[in-house]
Amino acid sequence: MTATVPYRPRTAGAPVTMKLEQVSRWFGNVVAVNDVSMTIGPGVTGLLGPNGAGKSTLIHLMSGFLPPSSGTVTIDGETTWHNESIYRRIGLVPEREAMYDGVSGWNFVLSNAKLHRLPDPQAAARRAIETVDMESAAGRDVGTYSKGMKQRIKMATALVHDPDVLLLDEPFNGMDPRQRLQLMDLMAELGRNGRVVLFSSHILEEVEQIAAGIEVMVAGRHAASGDFREIRRLMTERPHQYTIRSSDDRALAAALIADGSTAGVELGRRSGTEILNVQATDYNRFAHRLPVFARERGIRLYEVTPADESLEKVFSYLVSR
Amino acid sequence: MNATVAGLTWHSLVGRRRAVLLFVLPAVLLALALLVRLVSGQSAGAAADLLGSFSLGFLIPLLCLIAGTGAIGPEIDDGSIVYLLAKPLNRYVIAVSKWVVALGVIVIFGVLPTLAAGFIMAGSDSNLATGYAAGALLAGIAYATVFLLLAVLTRNAVVIGLLYALVWEAAIGGYVPGAQALSIQQWALAVTQKMVGDQASGLGIESAVGLGAGVTLLVVVTVAGLAYTGYRLRSIRINGDE
Repeated sequence: MTATVPYRPRTAGAPVTMKLEQVSRWFGNVVAVNDVSMTIGPGVTGLLGPNGAGKSTLIHLMSGFLPPSSGTVTIDGETTWHNESIYRRIGLVPEREAMYDGVSGWNFVLSNAKLHRLPDPQAAARRAIETVDMESAAGRDVGTYSKGMKQRIKMATALVHDPDVLLLDEPFNGMDPRQRLQLMDLMAELGRNGRVVLFSSHILEEVEQIAAGIEVMVAGRHAASGDFREIRRLMTERPHQYTIRSSDDRALAAALIADGSTAGVELGRRSGTEILNVQATDYNRFAHRLPVFARERGIRLYEVTPADESLEKVFSYLVSR
Repeated sequence: MNATVAGLTWHSLVGRRRAVLLFVLPAVLLALALLVRLVSGQSAGAAADLLGSFSLGFLIPLLCLIAGTGAIGPEIDDGSIVYLLAKPLNRYVIAVSKWVVALGVIVIFGVLPTLAAGFIMAGSDSNLATGYAAGALLAGIAYATVFLLLAVLTRNAVVIGLLYALVWEAAIGGYVPGAQALSIQQWALAVTQKMVGDQASGLGIESAVGLGAGVTLLVVVTVAGLAYTGYRLRSIRINGDE
């Protein structure tokens, strides 16, 4: 993807605002989204939460594909449900991969441009494809694309009409690190240009790298909102559990316990193999010191696994604060 | 009617594996017609039998089921319909565009082969070929509407459509007089009967409904079905995988 975004900065008029007011959505007896209120303005916002937290349902509510069971979803005061004209302002990158497999990437993006009735659909399609760096593969059928390529062509269809609001459902799925960084740059620039860019993710690091604002969903509820650094600080303050397997667990245990980054180490066994359970109190220091200790002592690290890093645990810690 | 929607629909319909059936069914009809012609010579009776039972009774409903549900059902199932719905497009325009494409498929793979098979077996005698082709076209219009609507309403559209076309129309409709009045096939047959004229009863072409009732019901089902498809498409709900 190109580093600079060939889309106009949005400067005229009041800033775009997407507003959810006391939005709930239930399916039968299951409450997928529970009384969520949030206001999202220009810039990149991360919608963070574990799988099943209601992120996709929320994005479908925002994009007008689901009516709220109660409450309202609006963009600059216009409702998104039953309002086809709102799609002039919304670009959507759905999580599901399915597209029109027998159509080439170029024709697919061009079709999207035509469906928006753009004055010059060819130019718009070319610009969107260049933006996501897919020129070389644009002639191939969508069905032959890798997951990362499909994500990029989906991004091109969402950008083709230069929308004010970009909604992306797990956009980094299947992308390699380079593509991921390029997409992050693109999203950041669109956000700086005055667009509302909201993306969902269940990966903390993705959100941390790009989103200034963050909305946290846990079990259908809006658990936290605001600046990521504050939320991240709360997260990093908590003790982290790690499971380590190395060529000399005892020597490593001695080094770690002598260091201030760990509160406790315990030798244990798993499936007949010796392991080391570590409780780190200072996450950043631990992450930095562990490989240094290992190298200094000639110890090989076979495995370093966070034992409690599942988002559910992180979020339940967050919610309990 | 939107040409881009129609183009994408055409790609989906003829690009999928099920499209093989689109070619197989008319090929079987034409092969049977040739066989009949070779065995019986030019025969209006044999033509009426084959066109009535195989073409109007089997090929057209099955083809319409494939084209009608296939024009939108797979897109709803796999979620790719989002790319059409996330556009400032009137939902009725989407419905009509898909219906037109389904109808095009039906004409190419059902109506024209029926016309050709009729000419092969009966020549231009008794208007059999044109009568059955007209019946096939009108039945196709109504079937396509019903099956398109079914695909928007339910994910079991193919099963329900098969039950209607093959169980209700072919089995129950064949024996129960009341059920025959609620059969698209019978409504279309009324037109065929009228076009064939006086010889129709001698050839066993007898519709359970009159011409006026048949045409009226075909129009009502088509217009109401399309309107309701557009309405449902406007309110279609797409949920995530969560």
